[in-house]
Amino acid sequence: MKLKKFSRLINPQSIALVVVLLVNWALFPGFFNVTWQDGRLFGSLIDVLNRGVPVAILAIGMSAVIATKGVDLSVGAVMAISGAVAATLVTDGYPAYVAVLAALAIGIVCGVWNGILVAFLEIQPIIATLVLMVAGRGIAQLITAGSIVTFSDPLLIFIGTGSFAGLPMPVVIAIVLLVLSVFLVRSSAVGLFIESVGVNRAAASLAGIRSGLLLVAVYGFSGFCAAVSGLIVAGDIKGADANNAGLWLELDAILAVVIGGTSLLGGRFSIAMSVLGAIIIQAMNTGILVSGFPPEFNLVVKAGVIILIFTMQSPLATRFIESRKNARALARKAS
Amino acid sequence: MKFFTKLAVAAGVAALLSSAAYADSLKGKTIGFSQIGSESGWRAAETSVTKQQAEKRGINLKFADAQQKQENQIKAIRGFIAQGVDAILVAPVVSTGWDAVLGEAKDAKIPVILLDRGVDAPQDLYLTSVASDQVKEGKVAGDWLVKTVGDKKCNVVELQGTVGSTPAINRKKGFEEAIKGHDNIKIVRSQTGDFTRSKGKEVMEGFIKAEDGGKNICAMYAHNDDMAVGGIQAIKDAGLKPGKDVLVVSVDAVPDIFKAMMNNEANATVELTPNMAGPAFDALDAYWTSKKVPEKFIITESKLYTPNDDPKKVYEEKKGLGY
Repeated sequence: MKLKKFSRLINPQSIALVVVLLVNWALFPGFFNVTWQDGRLFGSLIDVLNRGVPVAILAIGMSAVIATKGVDLSVGAVMAISGAVAATLVTDGYPAYVAVLAALAIGIVCGVWNGILVAFLEIQPIIATLVLMVAGRGIAQLITAGSIVTFSDPLLIFIGTGSFAGLPMPVVIAIVLLVLSVFLVRSSAVGLFIESVGVNRAAASLAGIRSGLLLVAVYGFSGFCAAVSGLIVAGDIKGADANNAGLWLELDAILAVVIGGTSLLGGRFSIAMSVLGAIIIQAMNTGILVSGFPPEFNLVVKAGVIILIFTMQSPLATRFIESRKNARALARKAS
Repeated sequence: MKFFTKLAVAAGVAALLSSAAYADSLKGKTIGFSQIGSESGWRAAETSVTKQQAEKRGINLKFADAQQKQENQIKAIRGFIAQGVDAILVAPVVSTGWDAVLGEAKDAKIPVILLDRGVDAPQDLYLTSVASDQVKEGKVAGDWLVKTVGDKKCNVVELQGTVGSTPAINRKKGFEEAIKGHDNIKIVRSQTGDFTRSKGKEVMEGFIKAEDGGKNICAMYAHNDDMAVGGIQAIKDAGLKPGKDVLVVSVDAVPDIFKAMMNNEANATVELTPNMAGPAFDALDAYWTSKKVPEKFIITESKLYTPNDDPKKVYEEKKGLGY
C-alpha cells in the first residue's frame, strides 16, 4: 500500500520538476539557498513559488473549465479588469475591503457571462471566451483611462507583497485556494458532475445533472480565480497596468493544466497537478533568469522543455515504459 | 482638490511651453493629426501635448484616432485632404504602404509631417519627420553612469525591452557605446523585462539572487521607466537601497520615475519627449513664413533628468498629460 502511494508520486510531472530544478541548480549553484530576511524567506526557490502563483491560481479555475471540455481564454483580461477596478476604487477613496470585494465580484460576473454564453447560448467555449479576452482588456483600459493607476493602500499591497508565516502572501493565498477547491470537488460529488458534463453533456443532463447551472458555476469560479490573480499582480507592482496585467497568461494557464495531465477533451482533471504544472513553468522562467542566458534563448529553452514533458506523457512513451516493465516482469518469472 | 489639480496642470502646461510669442503664420490654420491610438501612456501624453501645442499657437487641430489600424489612418488622411486642411501630422502605425495616400496629399499641395516613426516612402512625399534618437537615449544614460561612477568598478544589470523591438535594440546599443573603453563598467547580466513593471520586478529579483543577494550589483539600467519602477521594488524587497546601493538609470521620463526620484530611489532618466508636435509646428511656421524647407529628419532632444532637476516639479507637470 505504502509502495503504491509512493509510486503515485513518480509521474512525468514530478520528474520534470525535479529535473528542471536540478538543471537550475547546475547553472546557478545558489539556487537552493533560502535565507531568512526581514521576517520572511528569501531565495530563488521562494521566487519560483511566488512568481508561479498568478498562473497557478488561473490554472485552478482553468482545470475545472477544461474538465467540462471547455476553455477560458478570458482569464488574462479578467485579471486586468479586477486589478483596474480595485486600483481605481482605492484611489477614489473607497476602503480597501470594498475594492477587493468589488474586484472579486467583477471577476465572478465576467465568468458568469462566459458561462451563460457557453451553457445557454451554446456558443463554443473558445469563441465565447474570446469575446471577453479581446473586449475585457479594452474594458480594463477604459477603467484606468489607459495609464497605470498606482496606489499606496496597505491592504492591496499586502495581498501582492506581504508575507504570512514567512511565506509570501500570494503563495499563502494560492495554497488556501488550492486546498479549498480540491476539498470542494473531491469531498462532494461536484468533481464527478464536472467530469460527467465534460464526457457527455447530454448524457449528464439525462442523468439528472443541471448541466447549464454547473457550467455557469464553473466559469464563474474561473472568473473568480482570475480576479484573485489580478489582485495579486496589481498588489505586487502597487499599480494596475491594464495594458500588460495578465497578458498572454491564459495560454500559460492552459499550458499548466495540460502539463498537469488534464486532457483538453474534458472528463478527467486534477487541480493539484495543474498547480504543479504552473510551478514547472515558473521554475523554467526563474531558471532562465538566474542562469545568465541571453534573452533570445528564453522561448527556445521553454519550448524544448515543454516538448520533452509532452513526449514523456504521450501514449507512445507510456506504452514503451509499460512494455519494458512487462518484459522485465516476464524475464524475472522465467529466471 | 480637483481645482488644485487643474491649477497644477495649467501651471505645468505653461511651464512646458516657452514664453516666446508664436508667429502668426500658424494662427487660424487647420491642421489634421492622425494618431496611432492610445496603446501606451507615452502615446496618450503625445496626444495631449499635441493638442496643447496646437491650442497655444491658435491652430485648429483636427484629431483622428486610428485605433492601431493603417486603413483608418489612410481614411483619416483622405478625409483631411477632402476638407482642405493646411497641413497634416501623421504618427504612422506601420512603415510601409504610404506612397499612394502621401502622393494624394502632395498633389493637393498639403505638407505632411511624420511624428515619432518613419515610413518607407520617397522622401519628397513628406515635408519632414520628427523623431527621437533611441541610440542616443541609451548613450545619454550610459554617459551619465560613466561620469557618476568614475574609475570605480561597476557591475551593471540591464533590463531589456521586448526582445527584437527597435527601442530595445537601439537603447542597448547606445548604452554599450557609451561604456565602451571604460573597463571598470561591465554589463554582467541582461534579460528582457518586456517593458512592463511586473516583468521588470521579476527579472530584477532573479538578478539579485544570482549576484550574491545584490551585493555584486552597482547599477541597474532599464530600457524604460516602468521596468525600472518594478526593479526598484525588487531592490527594496531584497533589503537594499535603490538609488544608493544600486544606482538606477532608465529611459522615457514618465511621471512615476520622478516620484521615485523624489524618494531618492532613482538616479537618472533620459526623456523620450512626448512633444513631437512642437518642433513640427515650428518647422511648418518656418516653411510658411520664410519658405524655408526643413531638414528631412528633425531629432528631438534626449534630455537627462536627475534628482537635481526638481523631480517634484517635473512630476506635477507630467502628471496631467495622460501618461
